[in-house]
Amino acid sequence: MTAAAIENQLKGASTRNAAARARLLRSLLPALSLALVLLAIAWLNPRAISYFGFSLMLNLAIPIALATIAQMFVIAGNELDLSIGTFVGFVGCVTATWLKDAPLLGIVVLAGSIGVYALLGALIHMRNLPSIVVTLGMSFVWQGLAILILPKPGGKAPDWLLSLMAFKPPFIPFPIIAALLIAVVVHFGLMRTSYGVILRGSGGNAAALKRAGWSLLKTKIVLFALTGLFGVLSGMALIGITTSADANIGNGYTLLAIAGVILGGGEFVGGRVSPIGAVLGALTLALAASPLLTFMHIPPDWQVAANGAILIIVLAARVLISRRER
Amino acid sequence: MKKLLVLSALAAMLASGTALADTSGKKIAFSNNYAGNSWRQAMLDSYGIVTKKAVADKVVAAADIFTTADKEVPTQAAQVQNLILQGYDAIVINAASPDALNGAIKQACDAGIVVVSFDGIVTEPCAYRVVVDFKDMGRQEVEQMAKFQPKGGNLLEIRGLAGTSIDDAIHAGILEGVAAHPEFKIVGSVTGDWDQTTAQKAVATILPSLPDIVGIVDQGGDGYGAAQAFAAAGKPRPTIIMGNRQDELKWWKEQKDKDGYQTWSASIAPGVSSLAFWVAQQVLDGRTDIPHDLLVPYLAFTQDDFEAALPKIKEGGVATHEYTQEDAIAAIKANIK
Repeated sequence: MTAAAIENQLKGASTRNAAARARLLRSLLPALSLALVLLAIAWLNPRAISYFGFSLMLNLAIPIALATIAQMFVIAGNELDLSIGTFVGFVGCVTATWLKDAPLLGIVVLAGSIGVYALLGALIHMRNLPSIVVTLGMSFVWQGLAILILPKPGGKAPDWLLSLMAFKPPFIPFPIIAALLIAVVVHFGLMRTSYGVILRGSGGNAAALKRAGWSLLKTKIVLFALTGLFGVLSGMALIGITTSADANIGNGYTLLAIAGVILGGGEFVGGRVSPIGAVLGALTLALAASPLLTFMHIPPDWQVAANGAILIIVLAARVLISRRER
Repeated sequence: MKKLLVLSALAAMLASGTALADTSGKKIAFSNNYAGNSWRQAMLDSYGIVTKKAVADKVVAAADIFTTADKEVPTQAAQVQNLILQGYDAIVINAASPDALNGAIKQACDAGIVVVSFDGIVTEPCAYRVVVDFKDMGRQEVEQMAKFQPKGGNLLEIRGLAGTSIDDAIHAGILEGVAAHPEFKIVGSVTGDWDQTTAQKAVATILPSLPDIVGIVDQGGDGYGAAQAFAAAGKPRPTIIMGNRQDELKWWKEQKDKDGYQTWSASIAPGVSSLAFWVAQQVLDGRTDIPHDLLVPYLAFTQDDFEAALPKIKEGGVATHEYTQEDAIAAIKANIK
C-alpha cells in the first residue's frame, strides 16, 4: 500500500466523518431548536415549566403535529398538499355535528373523505397533474363543504373525544405522551418497515422503484390516504380541545404543517423526511409562535410582525445547517 | 362620635357595592384576534388610553394588549392558554368565534380567571358578555324616522353581514319599530355588509324597481353609500339613518349646511372595549352581583351634537367613546333587575 493510497483513504474517512457529523447535526437540529425555545420560555416565565404549563402550552400543538405528519406523507412522495388546513376544518365540522349526533354517518363521512384523498393521489399520478393545483382546488371544496355542514360556528365534540383530550395521566402531561406516541408509531411505520422504504423511495428515485417492479400508483394512493387519515386525526384532536367547531378553524394549518416538516429536517423533494423531526418541528412552531410571543411582552403593534420574525429565525437556523452538509 | 362616622362610612361603602377588594395588584390582559380595520384600531386606541390611565392611577397593576397574528380560532385559543400561564387575573376578549373558544375559556375560568367578552362574544356560561342593545337601536331608528317623516311612507332597509347575530338583532328591532308605527312600510331590503361600496352597489341595483322612498333604515357603515346611490340615480334624497362613520357624518354636515337636512346616527362605539375592561375590574373588585350578560347602550348622535363630534373622528374612522369606571358601574346597575 503506497503512501498516496493511505492518504486518500484517510481523506475519504475524514469527509465521511464530516458528512456523518453534519447528518447527526441535522437530525439533532429539530430537538435543538425545541430545547432553545423551551429555554427561552423557561427564562421568560418559569411558571410555564410545570405539569399544568405543558398541558396548556402543548395541547393545541397535538393537532398541529398530526397535520404536520399528514403533510409529511405527501412531501415524502415529492408532492405538496395545500388543502390540509381546510380539510382539518371540514373534519372538525363533521366531528362536532354528525360524529356526535349520528356516529355511524360521521364515521362513514370521515372514512369517505380519506377515500377522496386516496382518489386524489390516483388522479395526480395517472394524469400527471401538479399536486399544488389539485389540492388548492380541493381546499375550496373542503371549505365549502365545511360551511354547508356548519353555516354558523357551533356544534359540540362527542363526549368520548372530550374526555380523551382532557385526559390527565400521572407525572407526564398528556400532550407530551401523545406527541411521543405519534412520533414513534409513524417513525416505525415509515422508517423501519420495508414498505416504508418503498414509500420514501417513490419520492427519492421513482424510476428505480418502477424498474424494480413496484407500482408507483399504489405508493401514491397509500401516501395520500395516509395524509387523509392523519388529517382526520388532526381535525378530531382539534375539536376535542376546542369543544366546538368553526368552518374556518383549520385554515392556518396548511402553511404551519409545511413549515413544520421543513423545520423537522424534511426536504421538498427526494423523499427525505423525518417523522420524529416533523413532530418536534410542529411543537417548536406551536411554542415559538404563541407562548414565546405572549411571554415576551412585545407592544401590540409589533406582535404580528414579531411572530413572522420568530418563524424566519427558527427556519433560517435549519437552512444554515443543511447548507453545511453539502 | 368618631367611631360612628367611621362605621357609617363603612356602611355607605358596603351599600354602594364597590371597593370591596383592592384591585391595585391585579393584572388584566386583552386578547384580540384582529386589528386590520378602522373600527378595531379605534377599539385598541380607546382601550389603550383608558387602561394606561388606570395603571398610572394604580387602579390595576397591568393591562396588556395581545393581538394574534392571524384571525384563526386555534391561535387565539392558544393565546388564551398562554395568558392563563402568565398569571393574569382577568382576560378581556374580542373573540374569533362565539363557540370554538369555549374550551380555552373554560380552562381560564377553572384557573380562577375572570373572562369578559365584548363585540365578538363567547357563549361559555362562566364568561361575562358585554353586548350592545342592537335591537333597541333598530327600534329607535324607526322612532327617530317618525319624527323626521311624521306623515310616514315607504322605507328601504339595508341589512348587514348575513348570518351574524348583530344583523339579526338590528333587523328584529327595525321590524318591531315598523309594527309600532304602521304609517311606515318597508318596501325593499338589500344587503350592504356594513360597507359603503357594497351598500352603494346594492341600493343602485334595487332603486329603479322601488316606489318613492322617504327614509332608509340601516346598520351603519352603509348610509354614505346609499346617499351616493340616490344622488347618482337623480332621485330625491330620503332621510338616511347614519352609523357614526366619519364619511357619513361629514355628508350629513354638508347636507345640513346646504338646506338644514335632518337625521339621526347610531352605532356601537369601539370604545366598548374600555367598558369591558371596567367590568373586569369590577368583578375583580369582589362584586358578585354582576349579571353575566350585560346589555349596554349604543352611541348615538342627534341633529344638535353630531357636529361637535365630527372633528374628533379620524378621516375614514368611526366615532368612539372612552368609558369610565362610573359608566361601567351605571351600566351594571341598569342590568341588575
